[in-house]
Amino acid sequence: MSMGILRVWQRNLDVYRQNWKISFMPPLLEPLLYLAAFGVGLSGLIGEVPYGAGKISYLTFIAPALLAINIMNNAFFENTYASFVRMYYQKTFAAMMATPLSVEEIITGEIVWGATKSVIATAIMMVILTIFNLIHYPTGLLLIPLAFCGGFAFGSMGMYFTGIVFHIELFNLPFFLFITPMFLFSGTFFPLEGMPPWPQMLATALPLTHLVDLTRGLCYGSFAKSVPLALGYVLLFSLIFYPLALIKMRRRLIK
Amino acid sequence: MWEPIVEALQISKTYGELVAVAEVSFAIARGECFGSLGPNGAGKTTTIRMIYGFSPLTAGVLKVFGLDVSRHARAIKARIGVCQQDNTIDPDLTIIQNLTVFARYFNIPRPLAVRKADELLRFMSLDHRSHSRALELSGGMVRRIVLARALINQPELLILDEPTTGLGPQSRHQVWERLDSLRRQGLSILLTTHYMDEASRLCDRIIIMDQGRILVQGKPSELIREHIGKDVLEISSPATDLRAYIHLQKMAFEDLGDRLLVYGDHDDHLYRYISNRFCPEGCVMRTATLEDVFLKLTGRGLRE
Ligand SMILES: Nc1ncnc2c1ncn2[C@@H]1O[C@H](COP(=O)(O)OP(=O)(O)OP(=O)(O)O)[C@@H](O)[C@H]1O
Ligand SMILES: [Mg+2]
Repeated sequence: MSMGILRVWQRNLDVYRQNWKISFMPPLLEPLLYLAAFGVGLSGLIGEVPYGAGKISYLTFIAPALLAINIMNNAFFENTYASFVRMYYQKTFAAMMATPLSVEEIITGEIVWGATKSVIATAIMMVILTIFNLIHYPTGLLLIPLAFCGGFAFGSMGMYFTGIVFHIELFNLPFFLFITPMFLFSGTFFPLEGMPPWPQMLATALPLTHLVDLTRGLCYGSFAKSVPLALGYVLLFSLIFYPLALIKMRRRLIK
Repeated sequence: MWEPIVEALQISKTYGELVAVAEVSFAIARGECFGSLGPNGAGKTTTIRMIYGFSPLTAGVLKVFGLDVSRHARAIKARIGVCQQDNTIDPDLTIIQNLTVFARYFNIPRPLAVRKADELLRFMSLDHRSHSRALELSGGMVRRIVLARALINQPELLILDEPTTGLGPQSRHQVWERLDSLRRQGLSILLTTHYMDEASRLCDRIIIMDQGRILVQGKPSELIREHIGKDVLEISSPATDLRAYIHLQKMAFEDLGDRLLVYGDHDDHLYRYISNRFCPEGCVMRTATLEDVFLKLTGRGLRE
């Protein structure tokens, strides 16, 4: 089993390595753009933001959120659009199925690859944030394994959608209904503490909220919220969507 | 010794109401080239997919290398090479990478995979395009790469779903030559095709399928002799008195309206009589082919 997962993962790595010069640009440049627009531009207007018992600068506030968003986006994009192209247009999975690989190995390999993309993007982004002194070490190093866990959860969710959509255009729907609201309302760009109770509860249901809590804790070296709760919620998402993705993809691929 | 490499016993596959394969039984011997013919939608691809575990059986027993496909899919797939009907070449990889990455799925060590890939690309006369991408190549080349890739694990059984569809005459002949040489090395082959000349040329035995069932099976030459005879007299715009005469003589024939096919044997004096008396022109005598058998058994209507 595990060998087959590695083989699928290696195929994607081989392709990535051919395009790495282009692939690593977005995670390098994106945080710079966000830091410039929100951190520098908005910072002056907003000033300080409450965190835990104290206050932090707006730049410090959004930097970890950018990491969490990046983790979500990379895995989710990889296991929706990119996996769908491989499955539907390139027939890559069909070819693999005529080899000793099983459907479970192919799909798991894809999700692990999606998580790997999150890890790569996180590592690149960490370089920039470290230069701006926005990551506290050594806790910051734990961002790497966290990126893998978060990537696995969002990748599984993406793969589940890949198992059910009829057409690639339909991915607009999960992006519009899940990814964009999470991007905006997971305590990413404004603190949830000042909000009325019901938006807060809504935000608590979003997995990105918990991933943001975790990246903040690791970037600052101090947690304002319960770590087991946040980590548990991210893992719960994997536990639900990973088996669902396997079931839906098996149904889709085995005819 | 006749050792079965594939044994299908009453295998069926249904998709909801649709019966794609209906209680089909056949066996393929080691070292044999076995052909599966049939109109579009006959169930050829479905049968092949059941062999490599892509489609689970609805009913029946299917054994490959003596192993049940429903329980030993991985072990079976390690020992077969599959050339699917759809083009499944990986456009993200170069040609040589297509082969080496595929070799890795079989856990073939890298040095061996590279050596084998080079050898196969040379065998398929593609070594000059090793570093091209699939999108830059012609349809014929892509088909040959799929074939080369299917051989990377040195399979005991090669499964080819329409290996030469869409190829020009030169490419087809080249593929046939390669398949000939693989057969001489003792490889067993299961082939589906829409080309009767391909089946006649390559296959020891064939089945003709239609609507999920096997109509006949046997050696191509025997099927021709049994169902058609030796020769076919093809008469265009047949006269009414000729039709009456053929009916009267109880000859084997097929009436296509504007054309009449009379099946038989050119030594037969009736046959000669017809050609002399009724059609001084517009009448051709030719050797019977597998295509005659195929059309006689499966009819001439479209299948969609
Ligand atoms: N995944 C599927 N879902 C539903 N029906 C299917 C599926 N795959 C095949 N069929 C149906 O099963 C029947 C047999 O199809 P199959 O592909 O085996 O035919 P074939 O003999 O290979 O035809 P062709 O020569 O056109 O390739 C067809 O009626 C086809 O529509
Ligand atoms: Mg087919």
